[in-house]
Amino acid sequence: MLYAAMVAVLVTMVLALARAFMGPGLYNRILAINMFGTKTVLFVAVLGFLVGEPEFLDIGLLYALVNFVAVIAVLRLTHYDELLVEGSGDESP
Amino acid sequence: MSASLVAELVSGVLLAAGGLFVISGGVGLLRFPDFYTRIHAVGITDSAGAGLILLGLLFHTTSWDTAVRLVLILLFMVLTGPTATHALAQAARRDGVHVWREGERRR
Amino acid sequence: MVWMLRLTLPLAGFWLVLSGHYTFLLLSLGALTLVIVTWIAWRTDTVDRAGVALHLSPRLPLYLLWLAKEVFLASVAVSRQVWSLRPALRPAVDLTPVGDMSELSQVIYANSITLTPGTLSLTVDDNGVEVHSLKASDIGELQAGEMHGRVRRLEVR
Repeated sequence: MLYAAMVAVLVTMVLALARAFMGPGLYNRILAINMFGTKTVLFVAVLGFLVGEPEFLDIGLLYALVNFVAVIAVLRLTHYDELLVEGSGDESP
Repeated sequence: MSASLVAELVSGVLLAAGGLFVISGGVGLLRFPDFYTRIHAVGITDSAGAGLILLGLLFHTTSWDTAVRLVLILLFMVLTGPTATHALAQAARRDGVHVWREGERRR
Repeated sequence: MVWMLRLTLPLAGFWLVLSGHYTFLLLSLGALTLVIVTWIAWRTDTVDRAGVALHLSPRLPLYLLWLAKEVFLASVAVSRQVWSLRPALRPAVDLTPVGDMSELSQVIYANSITLTPGTLSLTVDDNGVEVHSLKASDIGELQAGEMHGRVRRLEVR
């Protein structure tokens, strides 16, 4: 069943990449990349069990945090003034 | 039936269910018509999919270290997942990303 | 000073759990990173004085179990939409009131809404949570207030 879970995660990563390439627009891409990131965490975790090295989980733990920070950072980048002052951005998706 | 066999069985069922949810979310990400509805699809993989797979791995291990790490990853994902999603949705909402209604063309 | 302890002690515990190596060298390196991290947090002034909410009520595990059940049921419902030939999506956006919740409870409430597939919190303020959902009845369920009540009961000490 580890293999089945692995295949499921890999297929979903490919689907997420497809959505990231197709877009349309900024938000669909960020969403897809965020999903790709969380699936990477699962990928690393399951891979660790498959090759018998559960120490991989440390990498997964780190990746879970980095992925979260990355999404917030991208939003911070595209919406910097909005997060400070209430107002509308002119960012077109 | 020995205890370890039962654990293996439970683990297998959880992993299979988790995999199914993960794929459902991936397909939903492609099939759903707009940004907001796609967020719901991603939500399945982040909550049910990730949760069931990590629980499945939890039943797969006997070591304490590994179990603690799995629980921590699950905790992080439950805490950060909705927060990131909410930040994204709020940003899109403020930017005026259109909410798709039934019957409209998909975008 | 208290906020510093509130930051440092959980970090120290976290480090000890994840490290697994308790030699003198690694322990002193761990202590050094703790000092550096605390110093950076102090310099950037990013720590909100509220600290970590470890004083939440003992009902929290029970709430999480209930939430897990809700998440599972909602996931099954959304998955069925994904695989159906003609998905019956009727997205709706509406406000669900928060009442006089504390800030922490508002966060828990909004995050629980987002965590459940099918409902998604768009904006949060004192008027309520603006929810996007795949079908209007999901918002109706939120407005009926079972989740709201359960989050409220977490506040009671």
